[in-house]
Amino acid sequence: MMSINEVQEDIVASFAELEDWMDKYQLLIDMGNDLKPLDEQYKKPQYLIEGCQSRVWLYARYEKESGLVFYEAESDTVIVKGLVCLLLKVLSGRTPDEILNADLFFIERIGLKEHLSPTRSNGLLSMIKQIRSYAQVFKLQA
Amino acid sequence: MDINKIREDFPILSEQVYNRPLVYFDNAATTQKPWPVIHCLEEGYRRHNANVHRGIHFLSQTATEAHEAARARVRDFLHAASAEEIVFTRGTTESVNLVAFSFGETFCREGDEIVVTVMEHHSNIVPWQMLCERRKMHLKVVPMNDRGELLLEEYEKLLTPRTRLVAVAHVSNVLGTVNPVGEMIAAAHRRGIPVFVDGAQAVPHLKVDVQALDADFYAFSAHKVYGPTGLGVLYGKKRWLEQMQPYQGGGEMIDQVRFEKTTYNALPYKFEAGTPDFIGTTALAAALDFVETLGMDCIAEYESQLLHYTEERLSALPGLKIYGQAAHKSAVVSFRMGDIHPYDTGLLLDKLGVAVRTGHHCAQPLMERLGIDSCVRASLSFYNTREETDILCAALERIRKMF
Repeated sequence: MMSINEVQEDIVASFAELEDWMDKYQLLIDMGNDLKPLDEQYKKPQYLIEGCQSRVWLYARYEKESGLVFYEAESDTVIVKGLVCLLLKVLSGRTPDEILNADLFFIERIGLKEHLSPTRSNGLLSMIKQIRSYAQVFKLQA
Repeated sequence: MDINKIREDFPILSEQVYNRPLVYFDNAATTQKPWPVIHCLEEGYRRHNANVHRGIHFLSQTATEAHEAARARVRDFLHAASAEEIVFTRGTTESVNLVAFSFGETFCREGDEIVVTVMEHHSNIVPWQMLCERRKMHLKVVPMNDRGELLLEEYEKLLTPRTRLVAVAHVSNVLGTVNPVGEMIAAAHRRGIPVFVDGAQAVPHLKVDVQALDADFYAFSAHKVYGPTGLGVLYGKKRWLEQMQPYQGGGEMIDQVRFEKTTYNALPYKFEAGTPDFIGTTALAAALDFVETLGMDCIAEYESQLLHYTEERLSALPGLKIYGQAAHKSAVVSFRMGDIHPYDTGLLLDKLGVAVRTGHHCAQPLMERLGIDSCVRASLSFYNTREETDILCAALERIRKMF
C-alpha cells in the first residue's frame, strides 16, 4: 500500500498536468460525481458538518483487527465532494497515528488552498478537524 | 448614459482576476468606488484631518464644516425635513439596532407586537427578535406570494392595537422586489403605527423621498451607494427621535455630565456617541453627488433595461430558475441552474472572472419560504453592461456542461 505522502504526490502529479483552472475543477467534479454515495443511515445530524454554504456528512469506523480507521463522506456540492474524495484517498484506511501525524500538503500544492480558508465556510476545514478528532478517539480505544 | 465613460471613473473595473477581465455582479453586497470618492478619502486624510465638534483650531473647524455639510447633503438626498433628522451610524445594521433598542426601550411593553416581512435580511429581523425577547413581545410576519410580492391584505390583518412598529425592506436583497412601502406606511399610519424602512437595497437604485413616503425611519449604508464602507445613515422623524432614549453613551452625545445625572445633547448628536467617521461622511457626500449627477431616474431606467435583458438571457438557459418575479423589481437576479449547487456555480463563475454571491444571502426565513437553502445572486449596477451579461451567460453555459 502507498504511504500517505505517496498518495499525495500522486494527486499532485495528476493535477500538475492541468494548467487551466477549469480543467482542475473538471477533474474535481468528475471525482465528486464518482464518489460513492454515503449510506442514507449516515446522512443524519450527528454526522453532519455544517458549513455556511455547503454541508458535509462524515462517518468513521475503526477496525480493531487491522487497527485502521475508515472514513466515508459526502457533500451536497459536487466540488466539495471532489475534495472529500481526495481527502479520503489520502486518509481513509490508515492507523490513527498516521492520520494524526499526516501533513496535508497536497491541497496547497494543487492550488486549492483557498478551500481551506475559514472564510470559505464550505465545511472542509471542519471536516479535516473532525477526521482528526475521530482518529484521536480511536487511538485511545486501541 | 455613456457607460464606457462612467466605467472609467471606477478604477477597479479595469482589474483582471485569474487573467480575465473582472465582471462585477455583486453590487448588492457592496458597490465599487468612483474616483471622486477615493480622492475625497485621500484628501480628507492628507489635508483636512482633525476631530470634529470640539477643536477651536482651523483644521477642526474645516473638518466640522465638511462633516456637517455632508449631513446636509444626505438630508437633501433623502429629502428629509431637517438635518437634525439625519443620524450617522456604522451601517444599515447599526441603524436597525439603534431603533430596535431606543424605540423599544421608550415605547414597547410586554405583549406588544412588531411586524416584519418574510423577505427581510437578517439585520431587519434579529434586532427586532432581540427586542421581543427583552420585552416579552411578539414578532408578526407578513407573507408573500410565489412571485415574491407581499400580501397586503394579510399585512393589514397583522396590524393590531398592540402593533408598536412595522419594519420592512424597501427592496428585497434576494428577490429584488420593490415593496409598496408608501402604501404600507399609509396603512400603518391609519392605525397610528410608525414604520421603519430598510433602504439598503433601494437607495442605490431609485429616488427616495422620505417625506413623500412619510416614513418614520429610513436606513441605508454608504458602501452600497458607491460610498465608503463602515458608515450608514438613519433618518428618523424628529418627533420620534426626540422622545427616544439614547442608544450608546459616550462623548459627543452628552450635554452635561455629572455623577448625579447626565443630560443628553440635542438631535442628531444624542444618537452619535464617540468620534464619527467624519472623513467617511464627506466621501459619502461625494458619492451622492456622483449618483445624482448621473441622475437617479437615468440610473433606474438604465438598470431596469439591463435587468430585463439579463433576466431574458438567463431564463433562456436550460434548467435555469429565477427566484423573484415581482411586477416591480430592482436590479437583482437570483437563480439556480438545474441540480448544480449554487456554491459550485459561484465558484466556477469566479474562476471565469465573474463575481456573484451565493448562499442564503442573510435571508434564511426567505430561503425556507422559497423551499431552497441557497441560490446564486447576480446584482447589477449602472456600470454593468450587456456584454457583461453575455459573459455571465456564456460562463453559465460552460459550467452547465461540466456536470
